[in-house]
Amino acid sequence: MSAAIDIQNVTRWFGEDHTGRPAVAHVSFEVRFGEMLYIVGPSGSGKTTLLSIISGILRPDEGRVVIAERNIWQLTPDELAELRLAHIGFVFQDFHLFPRLTTLENVAIPLILAGKTWPEALALSRPYLQVVGLNGKEELMPMKLSGGEQQRVAIARAMVLQPQILVLDEPTASLDGDTGRRIVQFIQTEFLNDQRAIVIVTHDARIEEFAHRILYMEDGQLTRIEKGKTI
Amino acid sequence: MTKDVVGIVKRINSTWPRVRLSHLSLAFKLLVSDRSKFTSLLLGITFAVFLMVQMTSMFAGVLKRASATIINVGAPIWVMDPAVSTVGSAIPMPDYVVEYARSIEGVKFAVPMYSGGGMVKLPSGDYQAVTVLGLDDSSLYGAPRLTKGQIADVYAENGFIVVADSEYAKLNRPPVGAEFELDDHRAVIVGIAVVNSAGLFGVPTLYTTYSRARQYIPSTRYTASFILIEPKSTQDVPEIKARLQELGYLALTDQEFIERTSDYYKFKTGMGVNILLMTIISFIVGLSLSGQTFYSFIQENLDKFGALKAIGAKNHELVTIILFQSFVVSLMGLGLGVGYCTVVIGVARSVLPNYAAIITPFNLGLAFVMVVIIAALSGYFGVRRVLKIEPFDIFRG
Repeated sequence: MSAAIDIQNVTRWFGEDHTGRPAVAHVSFEVRFGEMLYIVGPSGSGKTTLLSIISGILRPDEGRVVIAERNIWQLTPDELAELRLAHIGFVFQDFHLFPRLTTLENVAIPLILAGKTWPEALALSRPYLQVVGLNGKEELMPMKLSGGEQQRVAIARAMVLQPQILVLDEPTASLDGDTGRRIVQFIQTEFLNDQRAIVIVTHDARIEEFAHRILYMEDGQLTRIEKGKTI
Repeated sequence: MTKDVVGIVKRINSTWPRVRLSHLSLAFKLLVSDRSKFTSLLLGITFAVFLMVQMTSMFAGVLKRASATIINVGAPIWVMDPAVSTVGSAIPMPDYVVEYARSIEGVKFAVPMYSGGGMVKLPSGDYQAVTVLGLDDSSLYGAPRLTKGQIADVYAENGFIVVADSEYAKLNRPPVGAEFELDDHRAVIVGIAVVNSAGLFGVPTLYTTYSRARQYIPSTRYTASFILIEPKSTQDVPEIKARLQELGYLALTDQEFIERTSDYYKFKTGMGVNILLMTIISFIVGLSLSGQTFYSFIQENLDKFGALKAIGAKNHELVTIILFQSFVVSLMGLGLGVGYCTVVIGVARSVLPNYAAIITPFNLGLAFVMVVIIAALSGYFGVRRVLKIEPFDIFRG
């Protein structure tokens, strides 16, 4: 079976003349189906840059990224956008929920982008809010929810199109320890199966217990890969 | 040929980005859900449209009233001295011009008309300026529609017909039989008339016969202000115009005379430039208000647009969303602005009967074009900002 994401020799520079050191340098690894992979490292180590490259958001200067048997950086911008919509679910660090839309409407946005009508999209989104435990809060505005609840809305939004890959950027950064652990455990339980993969960028050691593999980065380099406690 | 066209249309259809209703509904939801911003945007555009329509409506009203006599008399062809720009600036012509006009092959009939001003002495002792129109004695061609009295009574001794328009009150609303003094002559109201358009200068209008007008109003050697011609057919008009031009006079159709009058007020009085400036200022105010508000609306939601881009929205879909928002709010503003202007004009007319403002299809078209420009420019700046945002920036926070 092919990997969910195959990353080969990826390098990314910032700045105009590629002087200094790259943000990500010659990184190769793969994310397997059924796996929860962490990318950890100190601030400025290139974690977020790497996450952006493997999720089709930031073009690398070198290397290739294969998702669904396609080198995503050979796709046109529109094809890449379609691939992201269909295959990748995003949970951003600051959630980026629309403050003037209800919880349910926020979850429905990927379905709207996929061409569903609002009634269809809302009907399809409702079960996902139930899955993340926000039953009865469909009509609330995000501002009325706690940080953990907003996080769960963002997760429901990422899951609603049933993508193969779930990408989370510092999912526990704004949560207390217990809530953070509960959220990650929840994602593992509800989302992960042998046809899906999860990539989490974090430097929160409290959630390491859920990882299958942990990828350590420093100065843009992949320094080591360790098996997590879940294995 | 038809196959080629079908092929081209099919090719365009297959490559043109599809606009999905769901995207438009998302755009609408995002727009109206931020009520304070939406209200500010709507108010800005409504205010700008109101100013633009109000300015151009006032100008349209002024232009219509400037041509009131042409509209009310209704003659198809007007003959005048070439130096004449408006009805009010008539240069009298000698009587032989009437005879000459009558001798032209395509002329069904030609009659002289007098247009001048006099002073009425009111019973209170005050004086009031009036416009006096003298109609051809034998035909009374161009007579207004009477609501009281008989048109033939104008032949009675000192007979005058008064127009019951917005200026009627300035003569203390004289009834049939009322007597007054006009330039030291006794005059009697024998009929009350209504006309299509009130005059521009705020003076009452009196109709009488051509000969009585000449007799009452101090005149120059020549007295025919205009010659009104009814052609046998419209095909005869060019020939009539050419023949009168040979004699050194100008023959214009009523529409041409209205345009000449409009051009005079637009280009030779400064009125047109002032109204144009006010309209441009309204446009700039509207553009600034809506452009600035729309830009800040986009700016505040920039991270959300970035998130949409990261999730999988294509650039053309985001462009569609932003342009749709900009056009929807602009068109709603257009509707509200025109409605508001209509109400204001209606109220103003009920309070000030001689308030000159009319909303014409041209005003509406102009406001629509300006609103489209406002929407396009506001949308353009929003689109530029959103296309520049990289989803990577959302990850970086």
